Amino acid sequence: MARSRVVVVGGGLAGLSAAMKLAELDIDVELLSLIRVRRSHSVCAQGGINSVNNLTRQLGDSEWKHFDDTVYGGDFLQHQPPVKEMCEWAPRIIDLMDRLGVTFNRTPEGFRDQRRFGGTLYRRTAFAGATTGQQLLYALDEQVRRWEVTGHVTKHEGWDFLGPILDGSGRCRGCVAQDTVTMEIRAFRADAVIVASGGLGAVFGRSTNSANCNGSAVSRCYQAGAHYGNPEFVQVHPTAIPGSDKLRLMSESARGEGGRVWVPRRAQDPRPPSQIPDGERYYFLEERYPKYGNLVPRDIATREIFKVCVEEGLSVEKDRLCVYLDVSHLPRDLLDRKLSGILEIYEKFQGVDPRDTAMKIFPAVHYTMGGLWVDYEPNASGGLVIGSPRTQQTNIPGLYAIGECEYQFHGANRLGANSLVACIFSGLTVAPAVANALSALPGGPAEQQPAALFESATQEHQARYKQLLARGSDGPNPYALHLELGRTMTEAATVVRRNDQLRSAYARVNELAEQTRRCGAADGGAWLNQNVVFVRTLEDMFPLARAILAGALARDECRGAHFKPQFAMPDIQATDPVQRRREAEAWCDRFEENNRRWLKSTIATCTADGEPKLTYADVNTSVIPPRPRLYGVVGGDVIEEVWSQRQRRREASPNPEPLTAP
Amino acid sequence: MIASSIPSPTVSEFFVRVQRQDGPGRPSYWERFRVPYESDMNVISVLQRIAQQATTADGRHVAPVAWECNCLEEVCGSCTMVINGRVRQACSALVARLLAERPQEIELRPMSKFPVVRDLLVDRERMFETLKMIKAWVPVDSYLHLGSGQRQSQETQQLAYQYSKCMTCGCCLEACPQYLKIELSRRAGESEEEFQQRARRLYDRSFMGAFAIAQIELFNSNPVGRMTARERLDALVSEAGIEVCGNAQNCVKVCPKEIPLTTAIARGGRAATWHALRTWFDQ
Repeated sequence: MARSRVVVVGGGLAGLSAAMKLAELDIDVELLSLIRVRRSHSVCAQGGINSVNNLTRQLGDSEWKHFDDTVYGGDFLQHQPPVKEMCEWAPRIIDLMDRLGVTFNRTPEGFRDQRRFGGTLYRRTAFAGATTGQQLLYALDEQVRRWEVTGHVTKHEGWDFLGPILDGSGRCRGCVAQDTVTMEIRAFRADAVIVASGGLGAVFGRSTNSANCNGSAVSRCYQAGAHYGNPEFVQVHPTAIPGSDKLRLMSESARGEGGRVWVPRRAQDPRPPSQIPDGERYYFLEERYPKYGNLVPRDIATREIFKVCVEEGLSVEKDRLCVYLDVSHLPRDLLDRKLSGILEIYEKFQGVDPRDTAMKIFPAVHYTMGGLWVDYEPNASGGLVIGSPRTQQTNIPGLYAIGECEYQFHGANRLGANSLVACIFSGLTVAPAVANALSALPGGPAEQQPAALFESATQEHQARYKQLLARGSDGPNPYALHLELGRTMTEAATVVRRNDQLRSAYARVNELAEQTRRCGAADGGAWLNQNVVFVRTLEDMFPLARAILAGALARDECRGAHFKPQFAMPDIQATDPVQRRREAEAWCDRFEENNRRWLKSTIATCTADGEPKLTYADVNTSVIPPRPRLYGVVGGDVIEEVWSQRQRRREASPNPEPLTAP
Repeated sequence: MIASSIPSPTVSEFFVRVQRQDGPGRPSYWERFRVPYESDMNVISVLQRIAQQATTADGRHVAPVAWECNCLEEVCGSCTMVINGRVRQACSALVARLLAERPQEIELRPMSKFPVVRDLLVDRERMFETLKMIKAWVPVDSYLHLGSGQRQSQETQQLAYQYSKCMTCGCCLEACPQYLKIELSRRAGESEEEFQQRARRLYDRSFMGAFAIAQIELFNSNPVGRMTARERLDALVSEAGIEVCGNAQNCVKVCPKEIPLTTAIARGGRAATWHALRTWFDQ
């Protein structure tokens, strides 16, 4: 019998861990990537990777608390079984990466060191300097290279994934891709295709993402019929360095190690930051969130920085919005040992040493919580059935999605240092799932499928490519249109969202899509034609942009990263205890009512003209009942009191009425 | 305030001279572009402007310049090229600094030690083949749960971390007098596989370069990697290995990650001597 063959699209942490695990299971892997896998965007992850560990355990931490922090931080929008399973695997994943040679920082006794990250009270984050993602990626890349030598993995680097190939029954039998050097377009037969293509920062123009994080692979699956989950949830990272080509991330670890965010109390105080005395500095996160301080979850830190600059006018500079992120008070040896990687980035790109001078930072689009809808099979204890063929499978049988390009682990907001663990976890768990699925493949393996299926798919993509080339170079400039798309999306669909703005952005995106259809290629050549590849990628950004805007427009509430002031929950204003209690009761009523309406996954399906059709699916909250997310809400104490009384009543009742369907 | 230590040029525009080449084996030629100056520009944003214009300084419409980039924060190694005569990453090459070095004009060339694919984009496949030859990985038993790795001193971790930051960019090879370009093309009647095998055989006989010597140090210092140290040392003492190094020490000067490459070479030299002696005694 012919050996099973699986295509993995993308070679970041998720794709490489899937490839490595599949190879171990003796399955052949064709690894397709737009770029050399060792240069994937995972290298940019700076701060670390989360798990409960021996140290935090003795302070009361557990897998359960990591799970609870993750779903609470994500505003309960994730299905809970995959998240629970991930948090249980997390310590083992870090052990594995340690064995693979990741140079995790050490304590004086030689144990792995941990730091504290946002959205938790425990030091749960293992790290390798300030380039943890790079170190993890290299370890996986090295393992995959080992499997390349044995012949289990074949790399196709510099290939652009053009779309899945579906047979008459709707099952994925492979994909079509293009070599971006020779421009050859060909089909890859595969018994399963695993998409691990990362985020879509480029839809927002500039972001903290790498240049190739353009969402094209996701868009092409979505246009082929894959469902897209929670498109409106896009994380804006609170601290990035503004730049003309990229908004470079300044990791949360700067705050994890004691960095403080502040603005001068006097607007646009002209003194250099070191000359401004402590009393004249406004440490607004510490003042407003005494419990978490500078380490509130990302969506909250982002909104506060945005508010202090835009609404309160306290931006450090007048023309360019920014606040100070200050590590200059920390000991130099600590900065050099634990943060040198990220501080060097600031120094390198801004020409100022952050060890001496406070950094200037502002929020930037950072992470795509939404992504391809994927399935899972829950077990009796609220975790996952490992090896279930449903694991990470999209609604298209045989097509899987893992890592940032899928939707299921982070809900409405991702916690810092959880992405790396989700990427590796989904990569490791998809492999046995695929292996099991292949043992009973309906209709036989890809090798036995008719050649015509692959030929016609290839011809379809060749036709599109030829048609792009034939447009000539007279049309609108695709790079200018991309800038305009980015500007439109950033203005309407990032930190603060308003329905009127979303509506006009949608109309604008449609205009830009129309213009892009006339975009020609400035380069008509048939060798390494980056220009025509860019135009095609740009065209495929529009269906995603529309899904993001439509999802945001429809969702009339605030949840995690999705913030619409018009639908914000009120603070408790009263001071009289009876009145306070009454307001808290009303608050909780409204919270429950809102959850009944909106504690749902948004599911977008792509219509023939590239417009999204939205439906809503219940979220599995069967393990931890949703509760109000009260970081810094005025009157949070009384809301919490009322809420926990209600919760106890619900648990005591013989037939508890579920808040949402499991 | 921002970027106060970078001199801010007074120009409103500047020129960029790009060494272009349409494909492998084709002649190279120069083209000059005019780019309006903006604050905070790096060479990536310059190349983005050039792609947008696709017009030379004398008004000729030309194909956009091809180049490669990804992370834009100097951790992926993609955008390495020769800028004003010095090999470095385009993303961290700030225009204000370049114009301070050489007013009015910036010069961009592809790396000379690798075959040009097109314009500024080169094929660094050989580096990745070298990583296979030196077995640059930790040979674990399996990916099942077998507990954590071994404890390590902070000192060991710090040194390994230095080596492990290597982003396979190729700067050290560009600067090395002993690392020579290998450019092959497929012969008539040769299959793709035969061609790759021929290339691999040639790579295995040609100097591996400083990055590979540092990677051997990295994996031979890992508690598990050490168990198969002899295999890596075999590569180190081969004709592609450390004996070719002429100690020019250019590598360490151009490494963007400040990897202690000459330390690795010195330690590798000692390890190679011991290994050669031991192999001789074992015969």
